[in-house]
Amino acid sequence: MLEVDVTARRGAFRLEARFAADAPIVALFGRSGSGKTTLVEAIAGLVTPQSGRIVVDGRVLFDRDRSIDLAPEERRVGYVFQDALLFPHLSVRANLAYGERRTPAAERFVDRARVIDLLGLAELLERRPATLSGGERQRVAIGRALIASPKILLMDEPLASLDTPRKAEILQYVELLRDELRLPIVYVSHAIEEVTRLADRLVLVSDGRTLAAGSVAELMARDDLKPHMGRFEAGGVIEARVARHDERYGLTVLAFAGGELVVPNVDALPGEPVRVRIRARDVAIALEPPRNASFQNVLAATVESVGGEFGAIVDVHLRVGPTPLVARITRQSAERLALAPGTPVHALIKAIAIDRRSVGFA
Amino acid sequence: MLPAEEIGIVLLSLKVAAASVAASLPLAIGAAWLLARRDFPGKTLFDALVHLPLVVPPVVVGYMLLLALGHSGLGPALEKIGIVFAFRWTGAALAAAVMGFPLVVRAVRLAIDAVDPRLESAARTLGAGPWGAFFTLTLPLAWPGIVTGALLGFARALGEFGATITFVSSIPGETETLPLAIYGAIQVPGGDAQALRLSLLSVLLSLGALVVSEWLVRRHVRARHADA
Repeated sequence: MLEVDVTARRGAFRLEARFAADAPIVALFGRSGSGKTTLVEAIAGLVTPQSGRIVVDGRVLFDRDRSIDLAPEERRVGYVFQDALLFPHLSVRANLAYGERRTPAAERFVDRARVIDLLGLAELLERRPATLSGGERQRVAIGRALIASPKILLMDEPLASLDTPRKAEILQYVELLRDELRLPIVYVSHAIEEVTRLADRLVLVSDGRTLAAGSVAELMARDDLKPHMGRFEAGGVIEARVARHDERYGLTVLAFAGGELVVPNVDALPGEPVRVRIRARDVAIALEPPRNASFQNVLAATVESVGGEFGAIVDVHLRVGPTPLVARITRQSAERLALAPGTPVHALIKAIAIDRRSVGFA
Repeated sequence: MLPAEEIGIVLLSLKVAAASVAASLPLAIGAAWLLARRDFPGKTLFDALVHLPLVVPPVVVGYMLLLALGHSGLGPALEKIGIVFAFRWTGAALAAAVMGFPLVVRAVRLAIDAVDPRLESAARTLGAGPWGAFFTLTLPLAWPGIVTGALLGFARALGEFGATITFVSSIPGETETLPLAIYGAIQVPGGDAQALRLSLLSVLLSLGALVVSEWLVRRHVRARHADA
Protein backbone atom coordinates (compact mmCIF):
# COMPACT_ATOMS: atom_id res chain seq x y z
CA MET A 1 0.00 0.00 0.00
CA LEU A 2 1.43 3.33 -1.07
CA GLU A 3 -0.08 6.52 0.33
CA VAL A 4 1.14 9.86 -0.92
CA ASP A 5 -0.26 13.26 0.00
CA VAL A 6 2.36 15.94 -0.53
CA THR A 7 3.05 19.36 -1.92
CA ALA A 8 6.53 20.10 -3.19
CA ARG A 9 8.22 22.92 -5.01
CA ARG A 10 11.06 22.77 -7.48
CA GLY A 11 11.99 26.20 -8.80
CA ALA A 12 8.77 27.57 -10.26
CA PHE A 13 7.23 24.11 -10.52
CA ARG A 14 4.65 23.10 -7.94
CA LEU A 15 3.61 19.56 -7.25
CA GLU A 16 0.41 18.64 -5.48
CA ALA A 17 0.07 14.91 -5.32
CA ARG A 18 -2.48 12.88 -3.50
CA PHE A 19 -3.23 9.25 -4.09
CA ALA A 20 -3.33 5.89 -2.42
CA ALA A 21 -2.79 2.70 -4.34
CA ASP A 22 -2.61 -0.93 -3.40
CA ALA A 23 -1.50 -3.02 -6.35
CA PRO A 24 1.56 -4.95 -7.47
CA ILE A 25 2.31 -2.31 -10.08
CA VAL A 26 1.10 1.26 -9.81
CA ALA A 27 1.69 3.42 -12.88
CA LEU A 28 2.26 7.15 -12.67
CA PHE A 29 1.13 8.25 -16.07
CA GLY A 30 1.32 11.68 -17.65
CA ARG A 31 3.10 13.79 -20.21
CA SER A 32 6.74 14.81 -19.95
CA GLY A 33 7.09 17.65 -17.48
CA SER A 34 3.88 16.80 -15.65
CA GLY A 35 5.71 16.19 -12.38
CA LYS A 36 5.99 12.40 -12.35
CA THR A 37 9.71 12.44 -11.70
CA THR A 38 9.43 15.01 -8.89
CA LEU A 39 6.80 12.77 -7.35
CA VAL A 40 8.96 9.64 -7.35
CA GLU A 41 11.93 11.68 -6.15
CA ALA A 42 9.82 12.78 -3.21
CA ILE A 43 9.04 9.13 -2.45
CA ALA A 44 12.77 8.31 -2.65
CA GLY A 45 13.69 11.26 -0.43
CA LEU A 46 15.66 13.09 -3.13
CA VAL A 47 13.19 16.00 -3.04
CA THR A 48 11.86 17.25 0.27
CA PRO A 49 8.15 18.06 0.15
CA GLN A 50 6.91 21.23 1.81
CA SER A 51 4.04 19.47 3.47
CA GLY A 52 2.18 16.21 3.67
CA ARG A 53 3.10 12.60 4.23
CA ILE A 54 4.35 9.53 2.40
CA VAL A 55 3.68 6.05 3.72
CA VAL A 56 4.80 2.77 2.16
CA ASP A 57 3.21 -0.38 3.56
CA GLY A 58 2.51 1.29 6.89
CA ARG A 59 6.05 2.67 7.17
CA VAL A 60 6.11 6.47 7.40
CA LEU A 61 8.87 7.85 5.17
CA PHE A 62 7.83 11.46 5.45
CA ASP A 63 5.40 13.27 7.68
CA ARG A 64 5.76 17.01 7.93
CA ASP A 65 3.45 17.33 10.93
CA ARG A 66 5.35 14.72 12.90
CA SER A 67 8.74 16.01 11.65
CA ILE A 68 9.59 12.67 10.08
CA ASP A 69 11.84 12.86 7.05
CA LEU A 70 13.90 9.73 6.52
CA ALA A 71 17.13 10.24 4.58
CA PRO A 72 17.19 8.52 1.17
CA GLU A 73 19.55 5.84 2.49
CA GLU A 74 17.12 5.02 5.32
CA ARG A 75 14.08 4.62 3.10
CA ARG A 76 15.04 1.32 1.46
CA VAL A 77 13.50 2.44 -1.80
CA GLY A 78 14.90 0.99 -5.01
CA TYR A 79 15.17 3.62 -7.72
CA VAL A 80 15.70 2.81 -11.38
CA PHE A 81 16.58 6.03 -13.18
CA GLN A 82 15.61 6.81 -16.75
CA ASP A 83 19.26 6.88 -17.83
CA ALA A 84 20.38 4.02 -15.55
CA LEU A 85 23.05 6.14 -13.77
CA LEU A 86 25.41 3.23 -13.34
CA PHE A 87 28.61 4.11 -11.49
CA PRO A 88 31.07 4.52 -14.37
CA HIS A 89 34.21 3.70 -12.42
CA LEU A 90 32.89 0.37 -11.14
CA SER A 91 32.42 -2.94 -12.91
CA VAL A 92 28.90 -4.32 -13.31
CA ARG A 93 29.66 -6.71 -10.45
CA ALA A 94 30.65 -3.82 -8.15
CA ASN A 95 27.63 -1.79 -9.26
CA LEU A 96 25.36 -4.70 -8.34
CA ALA A 97 27.09 -5.16 -4.98
CA TYR A 98 26.96 -1.45 -4.06
CA GLY A 99 23.53 -1.51 -2.48
CA GLU A 100 23.76 -5.05 -1.16
CA ARG A 101 26.86 -4.22 0.89
CA ARG A 102 24.99 -1.35 2.51
CA THR A 103 21.96 -3.44 3.41
CA PRO A 104 21.97 -4.97 6.90
CA ALA A 105 22.23 -8.76 6.57
CA ALA A 106 18.92 -9.24 8.38
CA GLU A 107 17.09 -7.16 5.77
CA ARG A 108 18.44 -8.90 2.68
CA PHE A 109 15.64 -10.92 1.19
CA VAL A 110 16.57 -10.68 -2.47
CA ASP A 111 18.95 -13.38 -3.64
CA ARG A 112 21.70 -11.87 -5.78
CA ALA A 113 22.21 -15.02 -7.83
CA ARG A 114 18.49 -15.18 -8.56
CA VAL A 115 18.40 -11.56 -9.79
CA ILE A 116 21.51 -12.05 -11.94
CA ASP A 117 19.85 -15.09 -13.45
CA LEU A 118 16.46 -13.40 -13.86
CA LEU A 119 17.89 -10.35 -15.64
CA GLY A 120 20.50 -12.29 -17.61
CA LEU A 121 23.43 -10.39 -16.11
CA ALA A 122 25.89 -13.26 -15.67
CA GLU A 123 27.85 -12.46 -18.83
CA LEU A 124 28.08 -8.76 -18.01
CA LEU A 125 29.59 -8.98 -14.54
CA GLU A 126 33.17 -8.07 -15.45
CA ARG A 127 32.21 -5.33 -17.92
CA ARG A 128 32.34 -1.58 -17.32
CA PRO A 129 29.19 0.52 -17.81
CA ALA A 130 30.82 2.43 -20.70
CA THR A 131 30.94 -0.77 -22.77
CA LEU A 132 27.30 -1.80 -22.22
CA SER A 133 24.41 -1.22 -24.62
CA GLY A 134 21.40 0.84 -23.50
CA GLY A 135 19.29 -2.22 -22.76
CA GLU A 136 22.09 -3.91 -20.85
CA ARG A 137 22.64 -0.78 -18.78
CA GLN A 138 18.98 -0.61 -17.86
CA ARG A 139 18.98 -4.28 -16.86
CA VAL A 140 22.01 -3.71 -14.63
CA ALA A 141 20.31 -0.65 -13.10
CA ILE A 142 17.22 -2.72 -12.30
CA GLY A 143 19.42 -5.45 -10.84
CA ARG A 144 21.40 -2.98 -8.76
CA ALA A 145 18.23 -1.54 -7.24
CA LEU A 146 16.77 -5.01 -6.57
CA ILE A 147 19.84 -6.55 -4.97
CA ALA A 148 19.70 -3.86 -2.26
CA SER A 149 16.46 -5.60 -1.13
CA PRO A 150 14.22 -2.54 -1.35
CA LYS A 151 10.75 -2.43 0.13
CA ILE A 152 9.41 -0.79 -3.01
CA LEU A 153 10.82 -0.33 -6.49
CA LEU A 154 10.48 3.01 -8.28
CA MET A 155 11.03 2.87 -12.03
CA ASP A 156 11.26 6.27 -13.67
CA GLU A 157 10.66 5.82 -17.40
CA PRO A 158 13.08 2.90 -17.54
CA LEU A 159 12.37 2.36 -21.24
CA ALA A 160 12.45 5.97 -22.44
CA SER A 161 15.97 5.82 -23.83
CA LEU A 162 15.63 2.42 -25.50
CA ASP A 163 14.63 1.30 -28.98
CA THR A 164 11.51 -0.81 -29.49
CA PRO A 165 13.02 -4.33 -29.37
CA ARG A 166 14.93 -3.42 -26.16
CA LYS A 167 11.73 -1.98 -24.71
CA ALA A 168 9.90 -5.25 -25.25
CA GLU A 169 12.78 -7.13 -23.65
CA ILE A 170 12.86 -4.95 -20.52
CA LEU A 171 9.07 -5.06 -20.22
CA GLN A 172 9.28 -8.84 -20.03
CA TYR A 173 11.82 -8.54 -17.24
CA VAL A 174 9.59 -6.15 -15.31
CA GLU A 175 6.73 -8.64 -15.62
CA LEU A 176 9.03 -11.36 -14.34
CA LEU A 177 9.99 -9.25 -11.33
CA ARG A 178 6.42 -8.58 -10.46
CA ASP A 179 5.56 -12.26 -10.62
CA GLU A 180 8.73 -13.64 -9.03
CA LEU A 181 9.70 -11.20 -6.31
CA ARG A 182 6.32 -9.85 -5.26
CA LEU A 183 7.80 -6.41 -4.79
CA PRO A 184 5.50 -3.40 -5.09
CA ILE A 185 6.53 -1.37 -8.13
CA VAL A 186 5.80 2.25 -9.00
CA TYR A 187 6.21 2.57 -12.73
CA VAL A 188 6.51 6.04 -14.25
CA SER A 189 5.72 6.39 -17.92
CA HIS A 190 4.23 8.59 -20.58
CA ALA A 191 3.62 5.63 -22.90
CA ILE A 192 0.15 4.17 -22.55
CA GLU A 193 1.20 0.82 -24.10
CA GLU A 194 3.66 0.23 -21.28
CA VAL A 195 1.16 1.26 -18.65
CA THR A 196 -1.69 -0.91 -19.87
CA ARG A 197 0.58 -3.84 -20.32
CA LEU A 198 2.10 -3.68 -16.84
CA ALA A 199 0.01 -1.80 -14.40
CA ASP A 200 -3.00 -2.71 -12.34
CA ARG A 201 -3.54 0.76 -10.94
CA LEU A 202 -3.03 4.03 -12.74
CA VAL A 203 -2.39 7.46 -11.26
CA LEU A 204 -2.84 10.21 -13.80
CA VAL A 205 -0.49 13.18 -13.34
CA SER A 206 -0.92 16.45 -15.17
CA ASP A 207 0.63 19.88 -14.55
CA GLY A 208 1.96 18.87 -11.17
CA ARG A 209 -1.32 17.45 -9.92
CA THR A 210 -2.64 13.94 -9.55
CA LEU A 211 -5.91 14.08 -11.47
CA ALA A 212 -7.26 10.63 -10.89
CA ALA A 213 -6.36 7.21 -9.57
CA GLY A 214 -8.04 3.92 -10.35
CA SER A 215 -7.90 0.80 -12.43
CA VAL A 216 -6.46 1.17 -15.89
CA ALA A 217 -9.73 0.12 -17.55
CA GLU A 218 -11.73 2.56 -15.47
CA LEU A 219 -9.56 5.60 -16.17
CA MET A 220 -9.18 4.88 -19.85
CA ALA A 221 -12.91 4.76 -20.33
CA ARG A 222 -13.45 8.16 -18.69
CA ASP A 223 -14.22 10.90 -21.17
CA ASP A 224 -13.15 13.76 -18.88
CA LEU A 225 -9.62 12.36 -18.66
CA LYS A 226 -9.23 11.88 -22.38
CA PRO A 227 -7.27 15.11 -23.00
CA HIS A 228 -4.64 13.80 -20.61
CA MET A 229 -4.44 10.31 -22.07
CA GLY A 230 -3.30 11.36 -25.53
CA ARG A 231 -5.53 11.68 -28.59
CA PHE A 232 -4.32 8.84 -30.73
CA GLU A 233 -4.07 6.44 -27.89
CA ALA A 234 -7.68 6.71 -26.75
CA GLY A 235 -9.28 3.33 -26.27
CA GLY A 236 -10.40 0.82 -23.76
CA VAL A 237 -8.88 -1.95 -21.74
CA ILE A 238 -10.53 -5.33 -21.44
CA GLU A 239 -9.75 -7.64 -18.55
CA ALA A 240 -9.92 -11.16 -19.89
CA ARG A 241 -8.75 -14.72 -19.42
CA VAL A 242 -7.17 -17.06 -21.93
CA ALA A 243 -9.95 -19.44 -22.98
CA ARG A 244 -8.13 -21.63 -25.52
CA HIS A 245 -5.52 -21.62 -28.22
CA ASP A 246 -6.11 -22.38 -31.85
CA GLU A 247 -2.83 -24.08 -32.71
CA ARG A 248 -3.65 -24.54 -36.35
CA TYR A 249 -4.08 -20.85 -37.09
CA GLY A 250 -1.88 -19.48 -34.33
CA LEU A 251 -4.73 -17.68 -32.62
CA THR A 252 -5.80 -17.33 -29.02
CA VAL A 253 -9.35 -16.92 -27.80
CA LEU A 254 -9.80 -14.68 -24.77
CA ALA A 255 -12.95 -14.72 -22.67
CA PHE A 256 -14.16 -11.58 -20.97
CA ALA A 257 -17.34 -10.39 -19.32
CA GLY A 258 -19.43 -9.76 -22.43
CA GLY A 259 -17.99 -12.18 -24.93
CA GLU A 260 -14.91 -13.63 -26.54
CA LEU A 261 -12.04 -12.00 -28.35
CA VAL A 262 -9.87 -13.68 -30.99
CA VAL A 263 -6.31 -12.37 -31.09
CA PRO A 264 -2.98 -13.55 -32.55
CA ASN A 265 -1.29 -16.14 -30.37
CA VAL A 266 -0.76 -15.02 -26.78
CA ASP A 267 1.95 -16.78 -24.85
CA ALA A 268 -0.09 -17.77 -21.80
CA LEU A 269 -1.81 -20.85 -20.44
CA PRO A 270 -5.59 -21.27 -20.57
CA GLY A 271 -7.12 -19.66 -17.51
CA GLU A 272 -4.41 -17.02 -17.12
CA PRO A 273 -5.68 -13.47 -16.73
CA VAL A 274 -4.61 -10.94 -19.33
CA ARG A 275 -5.30 -7.31 -20.07
CA VAL A 276 -5.95 -6.24 -23.63
CA ARG A 277 -5.77 -2.66 -24.80
CA ILE A 278 -8.00 -1.91 -27.73
CA ARG A 279 -7.37 1.42 -29.40
CA ALA A 280 -10.49 3.33 -30.32
CA ARG A 281 -9.33 3.71 -33.92
CA ASP A 282 -9.19 -0.07 -34.31
CA VAL A 283 -12.88 -0.49 -33.50
CA ALA A 284 -15.50 -0.14 -36.25
CA ILE A 285 -19.28 -0.16 -35.81
CA ALA A 286 -21.98 -1.98 -37.80
CA LEU A 287 -25.72 -2.07 -37.19
CA GLU A 288 -25.95 -5.67 -38.39
CA PRO A 289 -23.30 -8.33 -38.06
CA PRO A 290 -21.40 -8.31 -41.35
CA ARG A 291 -21.47 -11.48 -43.43
CA ASN A 292 -18.52 -12.64 -45.46
CA ALA A 293 -16.20 -10.14 -43.82
CA SER A 294 -12.69 -10.75 -42.49
CA PHE A 295 -13.37 -9.32 -39.03
CA GLN A 296 -12.58 -12.02 -36.45
CA ASN A 297 -14.31 -10.16 -33.66
CA VAL A 298 -17.93 -9.12 -33.98
CA LEU A 299 -19.24 -8.19 -30.55
CA ALA A 300 -22.83 -7.31 -29.79
CA ALA A 301 -22.78 -3.97 -28.01
CA THR A 302 -24.93 -1.03 -26.96
CA VAL A 303 -24.11 2.62 -27.58
CA GLU A 304 -23.64 4.50 -24.32
CA SER A 305 -22.79 7.90 -25.66
CA VAL A 306 -21.57 9.63 -28.78
CA GLY A 307 -18.88 12.12 -27.81
CA GLY A 308 -18.21 15.58 -29.18
CA GLU A 309 -20.41 17.75 -31.34
CA PHE A 310 -17.73 19.19 -33.58
CA GLY A 311 -14.96 17.94 -35.79
CA ALA A 312 -14.71 15.12 -38.27
CA ILE A 313 -14.06 12.46 -35.68
CA VAL A 314 -16.22 11.21 -32.83
CA ASP A 315 -15.62 8.72 -30.08
CA VAL A 316 -18.53 6.35 -29.58
CA HIS A 317 -18.63 4.75 -26.15
CA LEU A 318 -19.99 1.23 -26.22
CA ARG A 319 -20.74 -1.43 -23.72
CA VAL A 320 -20.17 -5.07 -24.55
CA GLY A 321 -22.09 -6.65 -21.71
CA PRO A 322 -20.57 -4.88 -18.69
CA THR A 323 -17.29 -4.09 -20.47
CA PRO A 324 -16.73 -0.57 -21.84
CA LEU A 325 -15.20 -0.14 -25.28
CA VAL A 326 -14.55 2.97 -27.38
CA ALA A 327 -14.85 3.24 -31.15
CA ARG A 328 -13.37 6.19 -33.00
CA ILE A 329 -15.25 6.79 -36.25
CA THR A 330 -16.07 9.72 -38.52
CA ARG A 331 -18.95 12.00 -37.68
CA GLN A 332 -20.44 11.20 -41.07
CA SER A 333 -20.57 7.46 -40.24
CA ALA A 334 -22.07 8.16 -36.84
CA GLU A 335 -24.87 10.20 -38.42
CA ARG A 336 -25.42 7.74 -41.28
CA LEU A 337 -25.87 4.93 -38.74
CA ALA A 338 -28.00 7.25 -36.56
CA LEU A 339 -26.04 6.27 -33.46
CA ALA A 340 -27.58 7.43 -30.21
CA PRO A 341 -27.45 6.22 -26.62
CA GLY A 342 -29.16 2.84 -26.47
CA THR A 343 -28.69 1.88 -30.12
CA PRO A 344 -27.84 -1.83 -30.38
CA VAL A 345 -24.78 -2.25 -32.61
CA HIS A 346 -21.93 -4.61 -33.37
CA ALA A 347 -18.38 -3.66 -32.61
CA LEU A 348 -15.93 -4.93 -35.21
CA ILE A 349 -12.32 -5.50 -34.29
CA LYS A 350 -9.66 -7.02 -36.52
CA ALA A 351 -7.71 -9.64 -34.63
CA ILE A 352 -4.42 -8.33 -35.98
CA ALA A 353 -5.10 -4.89 -34.52
CA ILE A 354 -4.32 -6.49 -31.17
CA ASP A 355 -0.61 -7.23 -31.31
CA ARG A 356 1.76 -8.50 -28.68
CA ARG A 357 2.29 -5.00 -27.31
CA SER A 358 -1.41 -4.58 -26.58
CA VAL A 359 -1.63 -7.63 -24.34
CA GLY A 360 -0.43 -7.57 -20.75
CA PHE A 361 -0.40 -10.32 -18.20
CA ALA A 362 -2.39 -9.37 -15.16
CA MET B 1 78.44 15.18 -8.78
CA LEU B 2 76.30 17.91 -7.25
CA PRO B 3 77.64 19.66 -4.17
CA ALA B 4 75.96 18.39 -1.01
CA GLU B 5 74.63 21.87 -0.39
CA GLU B 6 72.66 21.84 -3.63
CA ILE B 7 71.29 18.32 -3.02
CA GLY B 8 70.13 19.66 0.34
CA ILE B 9 68.36 22.58 -1.36
CA VAL B 10 66.55 20.24 -3.78
CA LEU B 11 65.49 17.86 -1.00
CA LEU B 12 64.27 20.77 1.13
CA SER B 13 62.29 22.18 -1.80
CA LEU B 14 60.68 18.79 -2.40
CA LYS B 15 59.88 18.43 1.29
CA VAL B 16 58.32 21.91 1.49
CA ALA B 17 56.29 21.40 -1.71
CA ALA B 18 55.10 17.93 -0.70
CA ALA B 19 54.10 19.13 2.77
CA SER B 20 52.25 22.13 1.37
CA VAL B 21 50.24 19.93 -1.02
CA ALA B 22 49.58 17.26 1.60
CA ALA B 23 48.29 19.85 4.06
CA SER B 24 46.24 21.93 1.64
CA LEU B 25 44.72 19.20 -0.56
CA PRO B 26 42.03 17.98 1.88
CA LEU B 27 41.02 21.58 2.64
CA ALA B 28 41.04 22.43 -1.06
CA ILE B 29 38.81 19.42 -1.84
CA GLY B 30 36.44 20.55 0.92
CA ALA B 31 36.35 24.11 -0.38
CA ALA B 32 35.91 22.90 -3.98
CA TRP B 33 33.04 20.64 -2.92
CA LEU B 34 31.32 23.51 -1.09
CA LEU B 35 31.68 25.76 -4.14
CA ALA B 36 30.54 23.08 -6.59
CA ARG B 37 27.70 21.47 -4.67
CA ARG B 38 26.31 23.80 -2.04
CA ASP B 39 24.54 27.12 -1.95
CA PHE B 40 24.99 29.08 1.25
CA PRO B 41 24.89 32.71 2.34
CA GLY B 42 28.23 34.39 1.73
CA LYS B 43 29.24 31.95 -1.00
CA THR B 44 30.46 34.78 -3.25
CA LEU B 45 32.60 36.17 -0.45
CA PHE B 46 33.96 32.70 0.30
CA ASP B 47 34.81 32.24 -3.37
CA ALA B 48 36.61 35.62 -3.42
CA LEU B 49 38.58 34.78 -0.27
CA VAL B 50 39.71 31.46 -1.74
CA HIS B 51 40.95 33.24 -4.85
CA LEU B 52 42.59 36.15 -3.02
CA PRO B 53 46.17 34.77 -3.06
CA LEU B 54 45.90 34.62 -6.86
CA VAL B 55 45.46 38.38 -7.21
CA VAL B 56 47.19 39.87 -4.15
CA PRO B 57 50.97 40.46 -4.42
CA PRO B 58 52.78 37.48 -2.82
CA VAL B 59 54.71 39.86 -0.57
CA VAL B 60 51.41 41.02 0.90
CA VAL B 61 50.35 37.43 1.58
CA GLY B 62 53.70 36.77 3.27
CA TYR B 63 53.37 39.89 5.34
CA MET B 64 49.84 39.01 6.39
CA LEU B 65 51.05 35.53 7.44
CA LEU B 66 53.80 37.20 9.43
CA LEU B 67 51.31 39.48 11.16
CA ALA B 68 48.86 36.67 11.85
CA LEU B 69 51.29 33.94 12.92
CA GLY B 70 54.35 35.90 14.04
CA HIS B 71 55.30 36.94 17.56
CA SER B 72 52.65 39.63 17.73
CA GLY B 73 49.96 37.31 16.36
CA LEU B 74 49.02 33.71 17.08
CA GLY B 75 52.67 32.61 17.10
CA PRO B 76 53.15 32.32 20.89
CA ALA B 77 49.82 30.58 21.35
CA LEU B 78 50.59 28.03 18.60
CA GLU B 79 54.08 27.53 20.02
CA LYS B 80 52.54 26.31 23.28
CA ILE B 81 50.89 23.42 21.43
CA GLY B 82 54.11 22.68 19.57
CA ILE B 83 53.40 24.33 16.23
CA VAL B 84 56.04 26.76 15.01
CA PHE B 85 55.95 28.46 11.63
CA ALA B 86 58.27 31.45 12.06
CA PHE B 87 61.60 30.90 10.28
CA ARG B 88 61.02 27.16 9.94
CA TRP B 89 60.52 24.97 6.88
CA THR B 90 56.92 24.46 8.06
CA GLY B 91 56.39 28.20 7.56
CA ALA B 92 57.73 27.90 4.01
CA ALA B 93 55.28 25.04 3.42
CA LEU B 94 52.42 27.13 4.82
CA ALA B 95 53.27 30.10 2.60
CA ALA B 96 53.42 27.80 -0.43
CA ALA B 97 50.14 26.15 0.53
CA VAL B 98 48.32 29.47 0.85
CA MET B 99 49.69 30.73 -2.47
CA GLY B 100 48.83 27.51 -4.29
CA PHE B 101 45.40 27.03 -2.69
CA PRO B 102 43.32 28.82 -5.37
CA LEU B 103 44.91 26.79 -8.16
CA VAL B 104 44.20 23.51 -6.42
CA VAL B 105 40.61 24.52 -5.57
CA ARG B 106 39.90 25.56 -9.16
CA ALA B 107 41.14 22.30 -10.64
CA VAL B 108 39.26 20.16 -8.11
CA ARG B 109 36.10 22.23 -8.41
CA LEU B 110 36.00 21.76 -12.18
CA ALA B 111 36.37 18.02 -11.67
CA ILE B 112 33.58 17.86 -9.07
CA ASP B 113 31.34 19.99 -11.29
CA ALA B 114 31.79 17.36 -13.99
CA VAL B 115 30.49 14.55 -11.75
CA ASP B 116 26.74 14.10 -12.27
CA PRO B 117 25.19 14.85 -8.85
CA ARG B 118 22.46 12.35 -9.68
CA LEU B 119 25.05 9.59 -9.37
CA GLU B 120 25.27 10.63 -5.73
CA SER B 121 21.46 10.49 -5.52
CA ALA B 122 21.59 6.97 -6.94
CA ALA B 123 24.15 6.02 -4.29
CA ARG B 124 21.93 7.47 -1.57
CA THR B 125 18.93 5.39 -2.67
CA LEU B 126 21.22 2.34 -2.50
CA GLY B 127 21.94 2.99 1.15
CA ALA B 128 25.04 5.20 1.12
CA GLY B 129 25.10 8.21 3.44
CA PRO B 130 26.27 11.63 2.19
CA TRP B 131 29.88 10.86 3.21
CA GLY B 132 29.71 7.38 1.76
CA ALA B 133 28.48 8.76 -1.55
CA PHE B 134 31.27 11.34 -1.50
CA PHE B 135 34.05 8.85 -0.86
CA THR B 136 32.80 6.10 -3.16
CA LEU B 137 31.64 8.27 -6.07
CA THR B 138 32.49 11.94 -6.09
CA LEU B 139 36.09 11.52 -4.98
CA PRO B 140 37.06 8.64 -7.31
CA LEU B 141 35.25 10.22 -10.27
CA ALA B 142 36.93 13.58 -9.67
CA TRP B 143 40.30 11.83 -9.30
CA PRO B 144 41.94 13.15 -12.52
CA GLY B 145 41.07 16.72 -11.49
CA ILE B 146 42.41 16.14 -8.01
CA VAL B 147 45.69 14.82 -9.42
CA THR B 148 45.91 17.85 -11.71
CA GLY B 149 45.17 20.16 -8.80
CA ALA B 150 47.78 18.52 -6.61
CA LEU B 151 50.36 18.82 -9.38
CA LEU B 152 49.56 22.50 -9.93
CA GLY B 153 49.89 23.08 -6.20
CA PHE B 154 53.18 21.16 -6.11
CA ALA B 155 54.65 23.08 -9.06
CA ARG B 156 53.44 26.36 -7.60
CA ALA B 157 55.06 25.46 -4.25
CA LEU B 158 58.38 24.64 -5.95
CA GLY B 159 58.33 28.11 -7.49
CA GLU B 160 57.02 30.05 -4.50
CA PHE B 161 59.23 33.04 -3.69
CA GLY B 162 57.64 36.28 -2.50
CA ALA B 163 55.42 35.09 0.32
CA THR B 164 58.07 32.67 1.55
CA ILE B 165 60.93 35.15 1.76
CA THR B 166 58.66 37.68 3.47
CA PHE B 167 57.21 35.24 5.99
CA VAL B 168 60.15 33.00 6.90
CA SER B 169 63.13 34.73 5.26
CA SER B 170 65.84 32.72 3.50
CA ILE B 171 67.62 30.50 5.99
CA PRO B 172 69.94 27.90 4.42
CA GLY B 173 68.93 24.37 5.37
CA GLU B 174 65.63 25.53 6.87
CA THR B 175 63.69 27.82 4.53
CA GLU B 176 66.03 28.34 1.59
CA THR B 177 64.17 26.57 -1.22
CA LEU B 178 65.26 26.51 -4.87
CA PRO B 179 63.96 29.94 -5.95
CA LEU B 180 65.40 31.60 -2.84
CA ALA B 181 68.74 29.84 -3.38
CA ILE B 182 68.79 30.88 -7.06
CA TYR B 183 68.07 34.46 -6.10
CA GLY B 184 70.77 34.28 -3.43
CA ALA B 185 73.33 32.86 -5.88
CA ILE B 186 72.64 35.64 -8.37
CA GLN B 187 73.31 38.22 -5.68
CA VAL B 188 76.76 36.77 -4.91
CA PRO B 189 79.66 37.62 -7.26
CA GLY B 190 80.68 34.47 -9.15
CA GLY B 191 77.47 32.66 -8.24
CA ASP B 192 76.28 32.44 -11.86
CA ALA B 193 77.27 28.82 -12.35
CA GLN B 194 75.39 27.77 -9.24
CA ALA B 195 72.35 29.82 -10.23
CA LEU B 196 72.32 28.10 -13.64
CA ARG B 197 72.67 24.62 -12.13
CA LEU B 198 69.86 25.28 -9.67
CA SER B 199 67.66 26.70 -12.41
CA LEU B 200 68.16 23.58 -14.54
CA LEU B 201 67.29 21.41 -11.53
CA SER B 202 64.16 23.45 -11.00
CA VAL B 203 63.07 22.89 -14.60
CA LEU B 204 63.77 19.16 -14.34
CA LEU B 205 61.75 18.82 -11.15
CA SER B 206 58.74 20.59 -12.67
CA LEU B 207 58.93 18.47 -15.81
CA GLY B 208 59.11 15.35 -13.70
CA ALA B 209 56.01 16.35 -11.75
CA LEU B 210 54.14 16.98 -15.02
CA VAL B 211 55.09 13.58 -16.43
CA VAL B 212 54.06 11.77 -13.26
CA SER B 213 50.66 13.47 -13.12
CA GLU B 214 50.02 12.84 -16.82
CA TRP B 215 50.84 9.17 -16.28
CA LEU B 216 48.50 8.94 -13.26
CA VAL B 217 45.60 10.52 -15.12
CA ARG B 218 46.10 8.35 -18.21
CA ARG B 219 46.25 5.18 -16.20
CA HIS B 220 43.01 6.20 -14.52
CA VAL B 221 41.19 6.95 -17.77
CA ARG B 222 42.37 3.67 -19.30
CA ALA B 223 41.06 1.73 -16.32
CA ARG B 224 37.67 3.46 -16.66
CA HIS B 225 37.16 2.32 -20.21
CA ALA B 226 38.60 -1.16 -20.09
CA ASP B 227 36.49 -4.01 -18.82
CA ALA B 228 37.55 -5.25 -15.44
